[in-house]
Amino acid sequence: MIAPVVDESAVRAALGEVFDPEIPTISILDLGIVHRAEVGSDGAIRIDLLPTFVGCPAIELIRSAVNDRLQSFGRPVEVSVSFEVPWTSDRISPEGRERLRRSGFAPPADIDAVHCPYCDSARVAMDSIFGPTLCRSLFYCRDCRQPFEAFKPI
Amino acid sequence: MTTTRSALSASIDPAAEAVLDELILSMADDEFVIGFSDSEWTGIAPILEEDIAMSSLAQDELGHARALYELLAELRGAGQTADAIAYDREPADYRHARLLDHGRGDWAMTIARRYLYDTADGSRLEGLAKSSFAPLRELVDKIRREERYHVMHATTWLERLARHPGEPRDRLIASLEELAPDAATVFTPLDGEALLVETGLIAESMAALEARWRATITPLFVGLDLPMPPPGDLDGGRTTHGEPFRWLWGEFTSVRRSDPGAIW
Repeated sequence: MIAPVVDESAVRAALGEVFDPEIPTISILDLGIVHRAEVGSDGAIRIDLLPTFVGCPAIELIRSAVNDRLQSFGRPVEVSVSFEVPWTSDRISPEGRERLRRSGFAPPADIDAVHCPYCDSARVAMDSIFGPTLCRSLFYCRDCRQPFEAFKPI
Repeated sequence: MTTTRSALSASIDPAAEAVLDELILSMADDEFVIGFSDSEWTGIAPILEEDIAMSSLAQDELGHARALYELLAELRGAGQTADAIAYDREPADYRHARLLDHGRGDWAMTIARRYLYDTADGSRLEGLAKSSFAPLRELVDKIRREERYHVMHATTWLERLARHPGEPRDRLIASLEELAPDAATVFTPLDGEALLVETGLIAESMAALEARWRATITPLFVGLDLPMPPPGDLDGGRTTHGEPFRWLWGEFTSVRRSDPGAIW
Protein backbone atom coordinates (compact mmCIF):
# COMPACT_ATOMS: atom_id res chain seq x y z
CA MET A 1 0.00 0.00 0.00
CA ILE A 2 1.26 3.45 -0.89
CA ALA A 3 1.01 5.98 1.92
CA PRO A 4 -1.03 9.04 0.90
CA VAL A 5 0.93 12.21 0.22
CA VAL A 6 0.74 14.62 3.14
CA ASP A 7 1.67 18.07 1.92
CA GLU A 8 0.26 21.54 2.31
CA SER A 9 -2.14 21.22 -0.62
CA ALA A 10 -3.55 17.95 0.74
CA VAL A 11 -4.01 19.60 4.14
CA ARG A 12 -5.67 22.65 2.59
CA ALA A 13 -8.01 20.42 0.57
CA ALA A 14 -9.04 18.76 3.85
CA LEU A 15 -9.58 22.17 5.50
CA GLY A 16 -11.94 23.00 2.62
CA GLU A 17 -14.22 20.36 4.13
CA VAL A 18 -14.40 22.04 7.55
CA PHE A 19 -17.34 24.41 7.74
CA ASP A 20 -18.15 27.42 9.87
CA PRO A 21 -20.42 26.12 12.68
CA GLU A 22 -22.57 29.28 12.49
CA ILE A 23 -22.90 29.27 8.67
CA PRO A 24 -22.48 25.66 7.58
CA THR A 25 -22.42 26.49 3.85
CA ILE A 26 -19.06 28.26 3.98
CA SER A 27 -15.74 26.54 4.62
CA ILE A 28 -13.11 27.98 6.92
CA LEU A 29 -10.83 28.35 3.87
CA ASP A 30 -13.40 30.51 2.05
CA LEU A 31 -13.92 32.47 5.24
CA GLY A 32 -10.20 33.26 5.24
CA ILE A 33 -9.52 32.21 8.82
CA VAL A 34 -6.72 29.76 7.94
CA HIS A 35 -3.57 31.82 8.42
CA ARG A 36 -1.03 29.02 8.10
CA ALA A 37 -1.17 25.34 7.13
CA GLU A 38 2.20 23.63 7.24
CA VAL A 39 3.62 20.15 7.26
CA GLY A 40 6.87 20.38 9.22
CA SER A 41 10.07 18.49 8.49
CA ASP A 42 9.17 16.38 11.54
CA GLY A 43 5.97 15.35 9.73
CA ALA A 44 3.65 17.22 12.09
CA ILE A 45 0.77 19.28 10.70
CA ARG A 46 0.58 22.79 12.12
CA ILE A 47 -2.40 25.07 11.58
CA ASP A 48 -2.82 28.70 12.69
CA LEU A 49 -6.37 30.06 12.73
CA LEU A 50 -7.42 33.72 12.86
CA PRO A 51 -10.61 34.46 14.83
CA THR A 52 -13.05 36.73 12.96
CA PHE A 53 -13.62 38.57 16.25
CA VAL A 54 -11.43 38.33 19.37
CA GLY A 55 -14.44 37.14 21.38
CA CYS A 56 -15.72 34.72 18.72
CA PRO A 57 -17.23 31.82 20.70
CA ALA A 58 -17.05 29.50 17.65
CA ILE A 59 -13.26 29.44 17.46
CA GLU A 60 -12.84 26.58 19.96
CA LEU A 61 -15.42 24.55 18.06
CA ILE A 62 -13.61 25.24 14.79
CA ARG A 63 -10.29 24.34 16.37
CA SER A 64 -11.56 20.95 17.45
CA ALA A 65 -13.29 20.36 14.07
CA VAL A 66 -9.98 21.06 12.29
CA ASN A 67 -8.18 18.74 14.65
CA ASP A 68 -10.74 15.97 14.05
CA ARG A 69 -10.65 16.36 10.27
CA LEU A 70 -6.84 16.19 10.09
CA GLN A 71 -6.53 13.08 12.28
CA SER A 72 -7.07 10.93 9.16
CA PHE A 73 -3.56 11.86 7.95
CA GLY A 74 -2.17 9.88 10.86
CA ARG A 75 0.26 12.63 11.82
CA PRO A 76 0.60 14.75 14.94
CA VAL A 77 -1.70 17.78 14.57
CA GLU A 78 -1.29 21.12 16.30
CA VAL A 79 -4.00 23.77 15.88
CA SER A 80 -3.33 27.24 17.30
CA VAL A 81 -5.23 30.52 17.37
CA SER A 82 -3.16 33.50 16.27
CA PHE A 83 -3.43 37.29 16.10
CA GLU A 84 -0.22 37.59 14.08
CA VAL A 85 -2.23 39.25 11.32
CA PRO A 86 -5.75 40.54 11.92
CA TRP A 87 -8.61 38.69 10.25
CA THR A 88 -10.39 41.21 8.05
CA SER A 89 -13.54 40.78 6.00
CA ASP A 90 -11.39 41.20 2.84
CA ARG A 91 -10.07 37.72 3.53
CA ILE A 92 -13.38 36.11 2.50
CA SER A 93 -12.86 34.57 -0.97
CA PRO A 94 -15.07 35.44 -3.99
CA GLU A 95 -16.54 31.94 -3.70
CA GLY A 96 -17.15 32.57 0.00
CA ARG A 97 -18.94 35.86 -0.70
CA GLU A 98 -21.18 34.11 -3.24
CA ARG A 99 -21.96 31.32 -0.78
CA LEU A 100 -22.86 33.85 1.91
CA ARG A 101 -25.22 35.64 -0.48
CA ARG A 102 -26.90 32.38 -1.47
CA SER A 103 -27.43 31.61 2.22
CA GLY A 104 -29.21 34.92 2.76
CA PHE A 105 -26.33 36.97 4.17
CA ALA A 106 -25.11 40.13 2.45
CA PRO A 107 -21.34 39.84 2.09
CA PRO A 108 -19.26 42.52 3.85
CA ALA A 109 -19.46 45.94 2.18
CA ASP A 110 -19.52 49.59 3.22
CA ILE A 111 -22.90 50.50 4.63
CA ASP A 112 -23.86 52.43 1.46
CA ALA A 113 -22.91 49.52 -0.79
CA VAL A 114 -24.92 46.75 0.90
CA HIS A 115 -27.38 45.00 -1.43
CA CYS A 116 -30.26 42.76 -0.45
CA PRO A 117 -29.09 39.12 -0.75
CA TYR A 118 -32.58 38.08 -1.96
CA CYS A 119 -33.51 40.66 -4.64
CA ASP A 120 -30.20 42.55 -5.04
CA SER A 121 -31.90 45.89 -4.33
CA ALA A 122 -29.76 48.73 -3.04
CA ARG A 123 -32.80 50.24 -1.26
CA VAL A 124 -31.87 48.81 2.12
CA ALA A 125 -31.68 50.25 5.64
CA MET A 126 -29.54 49.24 8.57
CA ASP A 127 -31.68 48.46 11.60
CA SER A 128 -28.86 47.72 13.99
CA ILE A 129 -25.06 47.58 13.84
CA PHE A 130 -25.24 44.55 16.10
CA GLY A 131 -26.86 41.26 15.19
CA PRO A 132 -27.18 37.65 16.30
CA THR A 133 -23.42 37.10 16.11
CA LEU A 134 -20.53 39.54 16.53
CA CYS A 135 -19.73 39.51 12.81
CA ARG A 136 -23.19 40.44 11.52
CA SER A 137 -25.49 43.53 11.40
CA LEU A 138 -29.28 43.71 10.88
CA PHE A 139 -30.75 45.21 7.69
CA TYR A 140 -34.16 45.57 6.05
CA CYS A 141 -34.87 45.56 2.31
CA ARG A 142 -37.37 48.24 1.31
CA ASP A 143 -38.08 46.53 -2.03
CA CYS A 144 -38.74 42.89 -1.20
CA ARG A 145 -39.51 43.78 2.45
CA GLN A 146 -37.30 41.12 3.92
CA PRO A 147 -35.14 41.56 6.98
CA PHE A 148 -31.65 40.17 6.40
CA GLU A 149 -28.21 40.08 7.96
CA ALA A 150 -25.03 41.57 6.51
CA PHE A 151 -21.47 40.77 7.43
CA LYS A 152 -19.73 43.69 9.10
CA PRO A 153 -16.83 45.14 7.18
CA ILE A 154 -13.92 44.92 9.61
CA MET B 1 8.40 38.61 40.62
CA THR B 2 9.29 35.14 39.45
CA THR B 3 12.95 34.26 39.29
CA THR B 4 12.63 32.15 36.13
CA ARG B 5 11.48 34.29 33.25
CA SER B 6 8.89 33.04 30.77
CA ALA B 7 9.82 32.46 27.11
CA LEU B 8 7.69 35.43 26.15
CA SER B 9 9.24 37.80 28.65
CA ALA B 10 12.75 37.06 27.36
CA SER B 11 12.19 39.64 24.60
CA ILE B 12 11.46 42.42 27.10
CA ASP B 13 13.75 44.68 29.07
CA PRO B 14 13.65 42.97 32.50
CA ALA B 15 13.25 46.29 34.28
CA ALA B 16 10.16 47.13 32.18
CA GLU B 17 8.47 43.80 32.71
CA ALA B 18 6.69 44.65 35.97
CA VAL B 19 5.17 47.83 34.56
CA LEU B 20 4.18 46.08 31.32
CA ASP B 21 2.47 43.48 33.51
CA GLU B 22 0.60 46.29 35.29
CA LEU B 23 -0.42 47.89 31.97
CA ILE B 24 -1.83 44.66 30.51
CA LEU B 25 -3.58 43.83 33.79
CA SER B 26 -5.21 47.27 33.92
CA MET B 27 -6.42 46.97 30.32
CA ALA B 28 -7.76 43.46 30.88
CA ASP B 29 -9.53 44.49 34.10
CA ASP B 30 -11.10 47.53 32.38
CA GLU B 31 -12.49 45.38 29.56
CA PHE B 32 -13.62 42.67 31.97
CA VAL B 33 -15.47 45.03 34.31
CA ILE B 34 -17.19 47.11 31.61
CA GLY B 35 -18.04 43.93 29.69
CA PHE B 36 -19.58 42.35 32.75
CA SER B 37 -21.51 45.55 33.56
CA ASP B 38 -22.86 45.68 29.98
CA SER B 39 -24.00 42.08 30.20
CA GLU B 40 -26.38 43.14 32.98
CA TRP B 41 -28.55 44.71 30.24
CA THR B 42 -29.10 41.37 28.54
CA GLY B 43 -32.86 40.79 28.60
CA ILE B 44 -33.81 44.18 30.06
CA ALA B 45 -32.43 46.85 27.68
CA PRO B 46 -34.89 49.58 26.62
CA ILE B 47 -35.50 48.10 23.14
CA LEU B 48 -34.70 44.79 21.48
CA GLU B 49 -31.95 46.23 19.24
CA GLU B 50 -30.19 47.63 22.30
CA ASP B 51 -30.54 44.34 24.11
CA ILE B 52 -28.63 42.75 21.23
CA ALA B 53 -26.19 45.64 21.05
CA MET B 54 -25.31 45.57 24.77
CA SER B 55 -24.97 41.78 24.69
CA SER B 56 -22.66 42.04 21.67
CA LEU B 57 -20.61 44.80 23.28
CA ALA B 58 -20.30 42.68 26.42
CA GLN B 59 -19.21 39.67 24.39
CA ASP B 60 -16.60 41.75 22.56
CA GLU B 61 -15.20 43.24 25.78
CA LEU B 62 -15.09 39.90 27.60
CA GLY B 63 -13.33 38.45 24.53
CA HIS B 64 -10.76 41.25 24.68
CA ALA B 65 -10.34 40.71 28.41
CA ARG B 66 -9.80 36.98 27.93
CA ALA B 67 -7.17 37.53 25.22
CA LEU B 68 -5.37 40.07 27.42
CA TYR B 69 -5.47 37.78 30.49
CA GLU B 70 -4.13 34.94 28.32
CA LEU B 71 -1.29 37.14 27.12
CA LEU B 72 -0.55 38.12 30.71
CA ALA B 73 -0.57 34.48 31.85
CA GLU B 74 1.91 33.62 29.09
CA LEU B 75 4.08 36.59 30.03
CA ARG B 76 4.12 35.55 33.70
CA GLY B 77 4.70 31.88 32.82
CA ALA B 78 5.02 29.32 35.62
CA GLY B 79 1.55 27.78 35.53
CA GLN B 80 -0.44 31.02 35.44
CA THR B 81 -3.83 30.83 33.76
CA ALA B 82 -6.18 33.47 32.39
CA ASP B 83 -9.06 32.22 34.57
CA ALA B 84 -6.98 32.36 37.73
CA ILE B 85 -5.97 35.96 37.01
CA ALA B 86 -9.53 36.94 36.11
CA TYR B 87 -11.33 35.31 39.03
CA ASP B 88 -9.03 34.43 41.90
CA ARG B 89 -8.26 37.89 43.26
CA GLU B 90 -9.78 39.85 46.12
CA PRO B 91 -11.74 42.97 45.05
CA ALA B 92 -8.92 45.24 46.27
CA ASP B 93 -6.49 43.62 43.82
CA TYR B 94 -8.38 44.56 40.65
CA ARG B 95 -6.84 47.39 38.63
CA HIS B 96 -9.71 48.72 36.51
CA ALA B 97 -10.32 52.46 36.33
CA ARG B 98 -12.61 54.02 38.95
CA LEU B 99 -14.72 55.34 36.03
CA LEU B 100 -16.15 51.82 35.82
CA ASP B 101 -17.10 51.69 39.52
CA HIS B 102 -20.43 53.52 39.49
CA GLY B 103 -22.88 50.64 39.24
CA ARG B 104 -25.00 49.94 36.20
CA GLY B 105 -27.33 52.89 36.69
CA ASP B 106 -29.95 53.88 34.11
CA TRP B 107 -29.62 53.96 30.32
CA ALA B 108 -28.19 57.50 30.30
CA MET B 109 -25.52 56.45 32.82
CA THR B 110 -24.67 53.43 30.66
CA ILE B 111 -24.27 55.60 27.56
CA ALA B 112 -22.25 58.27 29.40
CA ARG B 113 -19.91 55.64 30.84
CA ARG B 114 -19.57 53.81 27.52
CA TYR B 115 -18.81 57.00 25.61
CA LEU B 116 -16.18 58.19 28.11
CA TYR B 117 -14.59 54.76 28.35
CA ASP B 118 -14.68 53.89 24.63
CA THR B 119 -13.04 57.16 23.64
CA ALA B 120 -10.42 56.94 26.42
CA ASP B 121 -9.70 53.31 25.54
CA GLY B 122 -9.36 54.38 21.89
CA SER B 123 -6.66 56.86 22.84
CA ARG B 124 -4.82 54.24 24.90
CA LEU B 125 -5.04 51.68 22.07
CA GLU B 126 -3.67 54.26 19.64
CA GLY B 127 -0.68 54.64 21.96
CA LEU B 128 -0.06 50.89 21.66
CA ALA B 129 -0.50 50.60 17.89
CA LYS B 130 3.27 50.60 17.33
CA SER B 131 4.30 48.88 20.58
CA SER B 132 7.67 47.16 20.54
CA PHE B 133 6.00 44.15 22.23
CA ALA B 134 4.70 42.29 19.17
CA PRO B 135 2.01 40.08 20.81
CA LEU B 136 0.37 43.15 22.38
CA ARG B 137 0.68 45.21 19.17
CA GLU B 138 -0.96 42.43 17.12
CA LEU B 139 -3.81 41.99 19.58
CA VAL B 140 -4.38 45.75 19.74
CA ASP B 141 -4.53 45.93 15.94
CA LYS B 142 -7.36 43.40 16.00
CA ILE B 143 -9.16 44.97 18.97
CA ARG B 144 -9.15 48.47 17.44
CA ARG B 145 -11.11 47.24 14.42
CA GLU B 146 -13.88 46.07 16.75
CA GLU B 147 -13.82 49.08 19.08
CA ARG B 148 -14.61 51.31 16.08
CA TYR B 149 -18.16 49.92 16.19
CA HIS B 150 -18.39 50.54 19.93
CA VAL B 151 -17.50 54.21 19.50
CA MET B 152 -20.08 54.53 16.69
CA HIS B 153 -22.75 53.06 18.94
CA ALA B 154 -21.90 55.20 21.98
CA THR B 155 -21.64 58.39 19.90
CA THR B 156 -25.01 57.83 18.22
CA TRP B 157 -26.71 57.45 21.60
CA LEU B 158 -24.84 60.32 23.25
CA GLU B 159 -26.05 62.63 20.47
CA ARG B 160 -29.59 61.27 20.62
CA LEU B 161 -29.90 61.85 24.38
CA ALA B 162 -28.10 65.21 24.35
CA ARG B 163 -30.31 66.64 21.58
CA HIS B 164 -33.57 65.66 23.22
CA PRO B 165 -34.55 68.38 25.71
CA GLY B 166 -36.11 67.38 29.00
CA GLU B 167 -35.64 64.02 30.66
CA PRO B 168 -33.18 62.40 28.21
CA ARG B 169 -30.80 65.38 28.24
CA ASP B 170 -31.22 65.99 31.98
CA ARG B 171 -30.44 62.38 32.81
CA LEU B 172 -27.42 62.37 30.50
CA ILE B 173 -25.99 65.51 32.10
CA ALA B 174 -26.61 64.15 35.61
CA SER B 175 -24.70 60.98 34.63
CA LEU B 176 -21.82 62.89 33.05
CA GLU B 177 -21.58 65.01 36.20
CA GLU B 178 -21.54 61.94 38.45
CA LEU B 179 -18.77 60.35 36.33
CA ALA B 180 -16.80 63.58 35.78
CA PRO B 181 -14.37 63.28 38.73
CA ASP B 182 -13.41 59.75 37.59
CA ALA B 183 -13.62 60.24 33.81
CA ALA B 184 -9.86 60.44 33.30
CA THR B 185 -8.93 57.53 35.59
CA VAL B 186 -8.30 55.31 32.53
CA PHE B 187 -5.11 57.41 32.30
CA THR B 188 -3.99 56.88 35.90
CA PRO B 189 -0.18 56.90 35.67
CA LEU B 190 1.51 53.52 36.10
CA ASP B 191 4.45 53.18 38.49
CA GLY B 192 7.56 53.40 36.33
CA GLU B 193 5.70 54.13 33.10
CA ALA B 194 8.64 56.23 31.80
CA LEU B 195 10.38 52.92 31.24
CA LEU B 196 7.52 51.75 29.03
CA VAL B 197 7.92 54.84 26.86
CA GLU B 198 11.73 54.57 26.74
CA THR B 199 11.59 50.95 25.58
CA GLY B 200 8.89 51.68 22.98
CA LEU B 201 6.31 49.47 24.66
CA ILE B 202 3.90 52.41 24.61
CA ALA B 203 4.23 55.56 22.47
CA GLU B 204 3.48 58.20 25.11
CA SER B 205 2.89 58.74 28.82
CA MET B 206 -0.62 58.35 30.21
CA ALA B 207 -0.76 62.15 30.68
CA ALA B 208 -0.02 62.68 26.97
CA LEU B 209 -2.64 60.09 26.00
CA GLU B 210 -5.14 61.86 28.26
CA ALA B 211 -4.45 65.16 26.47
CA ARG B 212 -5.12 63.43 23.13
CA TRP B 213 -8.35 62.00 24.48
CA ARG B 214 -9.55 65.42 25.65
CA ALA B 215 -8.74 66.90 22.24
CA THR B 216 -10.75 64.10 20.59
CA ILE B 217 -13.94 64.52 22.62
CA THR B 218 -13.94 68.33 23.01
CA PRO B 219 -15.55 69.17 19.62
CA LEU B 220 -18.53 66.88 20.25
CA PHE B 221 -18.98 68.06 23.86
CA VAL B 222 -18.81 71.70 22.77
CA GLY B 223 -21.18 71.05 19.85
CA LEU B 224 -23.74 69.39 22.14
CA ASP B 225 -23.12 71.88 24.97
CA LEU B 226 -22.23 69.10 27.41
CA PRO B 227 -20.00 69.58 30.48
CA MET B 228 -16.41 68.49 29.74
CA PRO B 229 -14.96 66.38 32.55
CA PRO B 230 -12.58 68.60 34.56
CA PRO B 231 -9.02 67.41 35.25
CA GLY B 232 -9.62 64.64 37.76
CA ASP B 233 -7.78 63.47 40.85
CA LEU B 234 -6.05 60.34 39.54
CA ASP B 235 -4.61 59.38 42.92
CA GLY B 236 -5.70 55.78 43.52
CA GLY B 237 -7.55 55.88 40.20
CA ARG B 238 -7.14 52.14 39.78
CA THR B 239 -6.84 50.97 43.38
CA THR B 240 -9.76 52.37 45.37
CA HIS B 241 -12.86 50.39 44.53
CA GLY B 242 -16.16 51.03 46.29
CA GLU B 243 -19.28 49.09 47.16
CA PRO B 244 -20.71 48.82 43.59
CA PHE B 245 -17.59 46.91 42.54
CA ARG B 246 -17.70 44.60 45.55
CA TRP B 247 -21.23 43.67 44.52
CA LEU B 248 -20.19 43.11 40.89
CA TRP B 249 -17.20 41.04 42.03
CA GLY B 250 -19.54 38.85 44.08
CA GLU B 251 -21.61 38.28 40.94
CA PHE B 252 -18.85 37.49 38.48
CA THR B 253 -16.90 35.23 40.83
CA SER B 254 -19.92 33.34 42.20
CA VAL B 255 -19.69 30.39 39.81
CA ARG B 256 -15.94 30.13 40.23
CA ARG B 257 -16.20 30.24 44.02
CA SER B 258 -19.01 27.67 44.09
CA ASP B 259 -16.59 24.96 42.95
CA PRO B 260 -12.98 26.13 43.18
CA GLY B 261 -10.66 24.52 40.68
CA ALA B 262 -13.45 23.10 38.48
CA ILE B 263 -12.50 22.75 34.83
CA TRP B 264 -14.97 23.49 32.03
